[in-house]
Amino acid sequence: MNSPLSWNRLPRVSPDAVYRLTQRSADIPLHLPRPLLAYGNGRSYGDVCLTEQGTLLLTRGLDRFISFDEQNGILRCEAGITLQEILELIVPRGWFLPVTPGTRMSTVGGAVSNDVHGKNHHTSGTFCHHVRCLELWRSDGSIIECGPEKHQQWFEATVGGLGLTGLIRWVEFGLIPIENPWMWVESRRFANLDEFWTLNHQLESRWPYTVAWIDCLASGNARGRGLILAADHAAARNELPKFKERRRRVPIDPPFSLVNRVSLRALNGLYYRQPIKPQGGLTHYAPYFYPLDTIQDWNRIYGRQGFYQYQCVIPPREAEAATAALLETIGRRGEGSFLAVLKTFGNKSSLGMLSFPRAGTTLALDFPNRGDKTLRLFEELDAIVREAGGALYPGKDARMPASLFQSGFPQWEAFSKYVDPNFSSEFWRRVTS
Amino acid sequence: MNTLNRVLIFGATSAIAEQTARQLVAQGASLYCVGRNRDKLMAIIGDLRARASSQQYIDGCVADLTDSAQHPNLIDAADHQLGGIDGVLIAHGTLPDQKACQADTSLTRQEIEANALSVINLLTLLANRFEQQQRGVIAVISSVAGDRGRQSNYIYGAAKGMVTLFLQGLRNRLAKANVNIVTIKPGFVDTPMTAAFDKGGPLWTAPEHIAKGIIKAMEHGKDEVYLPWFWWGIMLIIKHIPERIFKRMSL
Ligand SMILES: Cc1cc2nc3c(=O)[nH]c(=O)nc-3n(C[C@H](O)[C@H](O)[C@H](O)COP(=O)(O)OP(=O)(O)OC[C@H]3O[C@@H](n4cnc5c(N)ncnc54)[C@H](O)[C@@H]3O)c2cc1C
Ligand SMILES: NC(=O)c1ccc[n+]([C@@H]2O[C@H](COP(=O)([O-])OP(=O)(O)OC[C@H]3O[C@@H](n4cnc5c(N)ncnc54)[C@H](OP(=O)(O)O)[C@@H]3O)[C@@H](O)[C@H]2O)c1
Repeated sequence: MNSPLSWNRLPRVSPDAVYRLTQRSADIPLHLPRPLLAYGNGRSYGDVCLTEQGTLLLTRGLDRFISFDEQNGILRCEAGITLQEILELIVPRGWFLPVTPGTRMSTVGGAVSNDVHGKNHHTSGTFCHHVRCLELWRSDGSIIECGPEKHQQWFEATVGGLGLTGLIRWVEFGLIPIENPWMWVESRRFANLDEFWTLNHQLESRWPYTVAWIDCLASGNARGRGLILAADHAAARNELPKFKERRRRVPIDPPFSLVNRVSLRALNGLYYRQPIKPQGGLTHYAPYFYPLDTIQDWNRIYGRQGFYQYQCVIPPREAEAATAALLETIGRRGEGSFLAVLKTFGNKSSLGMLSFPRAGTTLALDFPNRGDKTLRLFEELDAIVREAGGALYPGKDARMPASLFQSGFPQWEAFSKYVDPNFSSEFWRRVTS
Repeated sequence: MNTLNRVLIFGATSAIAEQTARQLVAQGASLYCVGRNRDKLMAIIGDLRARASSQQYIDGCVADLTDSAQHPNLIDAADHQLGGIDGVLIAHGTLPDQKACQADTSLTRQEIEANALSVINLLTLLANRFEQQQRGVIAVISSVAGDRGRQSNYIYGAAKGMVTLFLQGLRNRLAKANVNIVTIKPGFVDTPMTAAFDKGGPLWTAPEHIAKGIIKAMEHGKDEVYLPWFWWGIMLIIKHIPERIFKRMSL
């Protein structure tokens, strides 16, 4: 078997062993090389889910529901189940995930360990704000059931804990009620960053979901132009459109990245000019929340060298200036992705000691891996983030320097007391060395 | 078309059976699941219950199927709980350590017991019941390995071959009673049974895919199905290699 990869296909490391879990209550064999690390569905962009030493524990075989309280919207399930599998069960019964990342291919264990956020952070916080309890297996054989009110310190270490506190075997969390699978989505264009801040402020106060896409290659007066989408679950109605999901896939690994300056400019420009719906319209939840999931293996377009995602958060006071500086730097280099994602986080503080989301603005972009050139650009971006007192998202990182991690996650030393002595990752070794 | 509203599954903790059960539940079926490992079985029944609507009945019980004295009770319990049985899937099996069997006659007998005799015992009881009710479908997971004996795996192959042949006869007998007997012959399936194998090649199939084929074959009352279908071609060739040549090959 090929070694498991992370979503950005970088770094490529082979563990000493790979072990598939199939039963939540079964013992993990003692003979497996240590350290251990859980691998969910590899939707992180980097090395939080990888280890070159020891054994990767593949959790996808833990894909059973444990209980579903349909009256109150409470679901308990094994940690290797994907958000997609959950949605297939709950949506037809009138429930939805309280928070969802931009892919439904994440497992629940992955969503907890990266304490993922969605487009509704300003109203609903992170995924772990909705977790009621979870079960943690430690390599000494102990089992800890923890939650916001039970063994709270273990809970706070484990949510957003990057898989380092042990193996999460199941999770129980609350759902939100919906009337149907549709979203009511309003889209608006903004011509530059100033317009974004005003528009975003207005929309956030009225809509539970907001997110903006920015053409990161537009320069001069148009710097920061983009689209903002505000949405809510659609109200009950008698007639709904038909929806049939189409799936495509990228069938091969191109020898070089298909993402380059020319294709990027063209695509970004096209996206910006697409028709908008200022009056709003219905969109099915799948294309609204998971536009990229319809193209299977889209990560292959970056070629064998893989790519990076750069996602930072900047505290509110510095947000406007730093965002402008980041876009300026990226634009100057002509690097950057098809669409940068810009979103403001609300004030709800995250529960995890290492959770990434915090009040401020988050910007995320993909970059083809062009070796040193790309890494040098990141150093320039790091300087802006550091200066502004921001942080990078560990779940989307394959290269941040230890110093930036430690300044962005000041609780890291307190956290390290909860790390299972037999668990580790490439990420953890990198940022603590 | 056979309806599969009430289905009894033996070896319900098998990965293939579990996927089949999930798909049956999604179609609205009620299930009675028999499995050997309590923790595994309870986890699976819990999962199926969460997936099922309140109109569906999901339950089961723990049993080691080599204990044939229990078989009548298991079938009675399922019949009683489900209020009749439309279909049965027999899925349990073990993959013997061929080398160890060669050195140990009692191990060989155990493997034949688990893979063939326990199945034949169940089938004998089920056949009489289904012959009386004059309808329904019984499917058994045999294997492509039962199509020809090979040095690397002939204890398993012989047991599965016995099951395949028994099913042929039973099919012939029950055709008159309007009962379908379905022989499922999977190729390489990525399940815990084959955990020790390197699963890189194109011949490996996911259990959910096999499950889909099983349900289709049961609904349509097929006789023998290879899953995926291309194993039909592979086995056609393997079966037709002259013994004179075959015996020198290392398959
Ligand atoms: C297209 C796309 C869009 C995305 N959008 C967002 C977004 O909007 N917001 C956001 O926050 N993230 C987003 N992500 C990132 C993704 O949601 C997270 O990286 C998520 O954690 C991936 O889940 P996974 O199951 O694939 O976990 P993996 O990537 O396999 O693992 C992630 C971490 O979780 C740990 N882990 C996994 N399972 C367990 C377990 N059972 N016990 C203990 N530790 C475990 C691993 O050790 C690792 O540290 C996106 C990713 C993609 C590909
Ligand atoms: N995987 C393949 O490549 C492949 C190919 C062809 C045919 N098959 C056949 O497919 C069927 C299902 O196997 P699988 O691939 O799904 O593997 P699996 O997950 O290992 O399932 C085999 C199941 O049989 C159960 N079992 C064994 N002996 C039993 C007994 N005495 N009483 C009760 N249950 C017993 C096991 O229970 P425990 O959990 O208690 O051990 C296990 O759940 C088997 O008949 C197998 O021979 C498999």
